[in-house]
Amino acid sequence: MDDLDRKIINKLQRKFPVCDHPFAVVADELSTTETELISRLQRLSDEKYLTRFGPLFNADNFGGAISLCAMAVSEDNFDVVTEQVNAFPQVAHNYQRDHELNMWFVLATETESELNETITKIEDDTGLSVRNMPKLHEFYVGLHFEI
Amino acid sequence: MWGYILKYNVDELIVLDREIILATQSGLPLVPEPYQQIADQMAVDVAVIKQRLTTMLDDGRIRRIGAVPNHYKLGYTANGMTVWDVPDELIHELGDSVGKMDFVSHCYHRPRFLPDWPYNLFAMVHGHNREEVLEKTQQITLLLGESCRAHDILFSTRILKKTGIRIGVQN
Repeated sequence: MDDLDRKIINKLQRKFPVCDHPFAVVADELSTTETELISRLQRLSDEKYLTRFGPLFNADNFGGAISLCAMAVSEDNFDVVTEQVNAFPQVAHNYQRDHELNMWFVLATETESELNETITKIEDDTGLSVRNMPKLHEFYVGLHFEI
Repeated sequence: MWGYILKYNVDELIVLDREIILATQSGLPLVPEPYQQIADQMAVDVAVIKQRLTTMLDDGRIRRIGAVPNHYKLGYTANGMTVWDVPDELIHELGDSVGKMDFVSHCYHRPRFLPDWPYNLFAMVHGHNREEVLEKTQQITLLLGESCRAHDILFSTRILKKTGIRIGVQN
């Protein structure tokens, strides 16, 4: 990672233009060339410095349902429950956290009823209760990692 | 530009927007004319693609077009889900203030589960290590002052799954 890589990452966390030659526009602002910018972006993606590059959709505005769910899972049973929960394609991500409620996952479904059905199925499969914590209001989403 | 769009009725636009999402949610192609390439794939005019993307940016269906850095790879390896019990009547004012802090990536109002889960405000805090996350959490404590009745931090200890939210993917 050199200075130009850092500038590229900082710049592209903000806004990528919608026009015929967007890389050329950004390259110009970074005093580099379109070819250089594209090849560096390819490398930064290949080396996993970037998780993704493109439009970031707000899933809320597409009519689906999303919720954060929490479970208290015993240490002995943790790996088995992880497999059971992760097997659901509706589970978008899942984190272990250091709390009595130690499994936190995000469910994303096409409808509200599918969300509730999925929670019931997870409870049936695992024999554990799921706390459904949908967001009631979003104050902020987004983070810029200046590097 | 509107000439292209007039060919589509509302239902067709819903289908078209969904196709654009499916074509781009794994990323934009890294080529000089990325929108042209998507247009070619979908066999529509590039002007339509640009117009629909602009519309979706304006109405909030797209938050932004850009890069998502891998914060672990960039050294931000600690993340704490901080949870706060604040009075419901103040939650909008307090949530807005906490959400504006530059180290908070997500800030939400969520339901309590009394008696053991009194927290109604969630703020995700990132840092290079746990000490940094604790220090930043202290800044939230100071900001909330007496409005904070209880709080906790849940550090992540392991990523168990990270597929990300995909629109239009059926099991």
